[in-house]
This record gives sequence, structure tokens and C-alpha cells, in this order.
Amino acid sequence: MTDPRELYQQVILEHNKKPRNFGKLDPCTHHAEGHNPLCGDQLELSLVIENGVVADIKFQGSGCAIDVASASLMTGIVKGKAVAEAEAMIEQFRGMVRGELDPATQAPLLGRLTLFSGVKDLPSRVKCAILPWATLHAALKGEEEASTE
Amino acid sequence: MSATLQPLDVTAIRRDFPLLSRVLNGKPVVYLDSAVSGQMPLCAIERMAKYERDEHTNVHRGVSTLSQQATDSYEAAREKVRRFLGAASVREIVWTRGTTEAINLVAQTFGRGVVQAGDEILVSAMEHHANIVPWQMLTQEKGATLKVIPITDDGELILESLDELITERTKLLAVTHVSNVLGTVNPIKEIIARAHAKGVPVLVDGAQAVPHLKVDVQDLDADFYAFSGHKLSGPTGIGALYGKLAHLEAMPPWHGGGNMIRSVTWEKTTYMAAPGKFEAGTPPIAAAIGLGAALDYLTNLGLDRIAAQEHDLLVYATERLERIPGLHILGKARDKASVISFVVEGIHPHDMGSLLDGEGVVIRAGHHCAQPLMARYNVPATTRASFAYFNTREDIDVLVSAVEKAIELFK
Repeated sequence: MTDPRELYQQVILEHNKKPRNFGKLDPCTHHAEGHNPLCGDQLELSLVIENGVVADIKFQGSGCAIDVASASLMTGIVKGKAVAEAEAMIEQFRGMVRGELDPATQAPLLGRLTLFSGVKDLPSRVKCAILPWATLHAALKGEEEASTE
Repeated sequence: MSATLQPLDVTAIRRDFPLLSRVLNGKPVVYLDSAVSGQMPLCAIERMAKYERDEHTNVHRGVSTLSQQATDSYEAAREKVRRFLGAASVREIVWTRGTTEAINLVAQTFGRGVVQAGDEILVSAMEHHANIVPWQMLTQEKGATLKVIPITDDGELILESLDELITERTKLLAVTHVSNVLGTVNPIKEIIARAHAKGVPVLVDGAQAVPHLKVDVQDLDADFYAFSGHKLSGPTGIGALYGKLAHLEAMPPWHGGGNMIRSVTWEKTTYMAAPGKFEAGTPPIAAAIGLGAALDYLTNLGLDRIAAQEHDLLVYATERLERIPGLHILGKARDKASVISFVVEGIHPHDMGSLLDGEGVVIRAGHHCAQPLMARYNVPATTRASFAYFNTREDIDVLVSAVEKAIELFK
């Protein structure tokens, strides 16, 4: 079992304190709300997608450090990427935090976001890390709501 | 607390709880989560094992010596619950799976009988979902209204509001004895007296009260009193509903099946008298017997000595936690059980929970099945430490330093 302190690295703590891309895009082309019924984390994503590319993305909401840092780093990494690539990232991130994919070899799109791989050792927190990604998935599919349940 | 009480020998008591000497995540377990579930003493664990090993069969079945012995042990446990709650008759004790099932039983039998469209049920702002949702379901079904007794910022019921809130349409007042989040001990006897003065019966959610204070349902004059075994050093899956016999006799049965009938023909079924008519199917026999053993254990320690030990821990923990900058305790009632909910500026309770877990400190982080209360305080969740008679001041020192360590990390 990992010491949870290993997960709370400087990058996560810093993004929690100063989240990037925080706010709401108005107008936007895609939008979804996510919530984690178990712990009450809530997240709202708004995106502008132009020519199959995520031109802009913002999030707002409240949650734990894992959730907020995950949203902050996610919005940073998908901005400017093709929708198809963002979808592939969602799959890699989900697989990684569930312990199904090896972050060193099987998550090439995630870059430094592999620092979330330690979440797999804290099963109760996996849903916190996934929430922004599940919400992104819903938004890209045109669904208004995502839930980690 | 009386100064003449002989304090508990906590060192000896701790040997009765094998889990307390476990190591989790490389750290000795500090169990501060008794409000989630109380630890079971070895004597209760062994009594359950003995039943399963040497005595296992069904109860109320036929003429075998084995079944009679099981029935005797099972009914002896019911008598222990009667004594523990101070009920007048063993017929007033209905076995349930826990507090939640007990409240649902009352909602679906008593409640359905008395609540009509336009009527009102009164609960309080500090209820657990178990004492909200069954009433919401009932009032929605009947076209009735659920009203809420407000609380102060310190977490005390605003009793002055009762005069206005109890109307001629009020059919039941359902209120918790002790808040699972705030620790508030409500003045239940006074509340019941005021409700009765207006002819309103009262159900008390006693889940968090019975582990901490001596309850006497006759002295309180409660109409219904519900509790769970596992909060009371007993096993999960067992609890009880106390109901005044006159109520239980007037109420229809709830679940149908074996055990609860007197006779069945295709034309008509007649039911057992209370409590039998509420106990369809095979009950959790080992759990009931185990709860009986746990009650013996607590009675033997002495509820007043347990209360004194827990009060000392509450005072000590409150004083130490309050000194931590940025930490705020929710619930500052004058009369409190040994439960402390807190939030720390800039740290979400779930992060705090994970970091404390990493230090071996078992606490609860979340909404505590009290989302309306979380909304009342405008927090998504809290971190909650709850203390039992086997905890020590050293346990609290570990908690405090783990909290300080988490704050340091988040700086």
C-alpha cells in the first residue's frame, strides 16, 4: 500500500490551490455536469470545439484536491487536441487509475498526468480522479450529465 | 459526572478488542470511528461463534431440544434489550436489521395508518437520512407535508419553534436523540412532553445515543425508540424497535411470511401478537445473541463509567483540536456526545480522510448520511472523529498530530 502522501505531490497540491482553466465558457459548443454522489464532488465543464479540435475548455465546481487537480491538469492537456485524441486520453486515464494500464508503457498520451497513477492504491479516491474525465466523456458525447456511479 | 466513579481500566479493556492491535498501512490502528460502527468485544464475537459452532439451528421451530435452546438464547437477548432500554415488557421489543429498518417499519405501518393528505410529519434539521427519507416517501405517497425543526449555528434544536411547528395536522414527530454529525444530545424528554401535550406521538432515532448514555424509554415516555446493534459494540444486521405496546398492538403487520402468522388458510391469515407479527422470516439469530452478549459487556463496564471516559476524551479532543489554526468544529452544543465533526480551511475532508488513513487513524470523511445538515452549514462534507470507551488521550494525540501533518503538507 502506498503512503497517500506520495500521491499528494507538489503538482497536485499546486493545481488544487491554483486551478487552471477555472470558470465557464459562454457561449460554448459542448457542456456537461458531473457529480460523485458518494462524496458530493461537483464539476461543470464547458468546451468550444471547432473543426474537430478542442479550441477551449473550462471547468468549475467544488471537490477534493484529487478532483480539482485532475480537472485542472486535464483541461490543460486536452486544450488544442483533436476530439479523437481527447477520447483516447480519457480511456488511458481511466485504465491507469483503475490499475489496468501500466503508466510507464501503456499511457503515452498522458505525459506528466501519469502522476495520478498512485490513485489506484486508494480505491476510495479513484472516482475523484476520474470525475473530470467522465464529465469530459459525457460532454463530447453530447450528454448533459455524468456520474461516477 | 460523579467524582466518585471508579474510572475504567482502559488498558485491560483494549485487550478485549483484537482489531485495536492491528497495523494498517504500516501504522498502529487508532480507531476513532465508533459512530460509524462500534468495535465488538471478544466475548460477543465468541458468543456468536459458539452459536454457529455448537447451537446452530432455527428459532421458534418445532420440538427439538436444539431449536428450543436456540429460541431460549435468542429470546434471552430480547430480554437484555428490554432491560437495556428500560421497557416495561419484552413484547415491546421488535427485532429489526437496524435503526433504518425500524424507522421504515413505523413509517409503513403506524405512519400509513395515521397520515392522510394534508397532514404533517415533523423531523429536525439534524436528522440522518434514515430519519428523513422514510418520512419523505410516506408524505409524498399521502400528499402530506414534511416539516423541519431548525437548529442554531451551534447545533442545538430551536425548541421555541415547536409551538408553531406542531399543529393540529401533525401526526408524528421523528427526531434523533444524538446527532451523528454534531454530537448534540437533544433534550428528548422535554421534546416528547411538549409533543404529547399536543397529542403528537414521538419516534426517537437512538442509534447514536445508546452507545453513550443510559436510555430509559419509560422515563422519556417515547412512543417509539430505534437503535442499531453495531453502534453498540454488537454485530451488524441486528437492531431493535421499541414501541409502546398499545401502538404495536394497533399497528398492522409489515412484511408477510413465516414466523409472523398464527394460522394461514386460503381464505384468511391471522397474525401473531406483537412483536411476532413484525418479524417475518428467519431472523439473524447469531447477531441477536451476539448483541445480547455485547449488552452484558457494556452493562458490566457500567454505562456511567463509559460516559465519564468518553466525556473526558471529548473535552480533551475539543480543546486540542480547537487550538489548530484554520480548523473549525461543527456542533458546539452544551450537551454533546463524544463525536467531533470538523473542517479545515483549504483541505477537503476527503483529502484529510486519506491522509489520516495513511497515519493509521480511522475516521469518517463525508456527508455522514446527513446531506441536508451539510447544506445547512454550507459544507460538502466534514471529517468526523468519534470516541469510545476503549479510546485514550494518546489516540487523540495521534489524531491531532496527523491533522497537523496534513495541514503542513497542504501549506
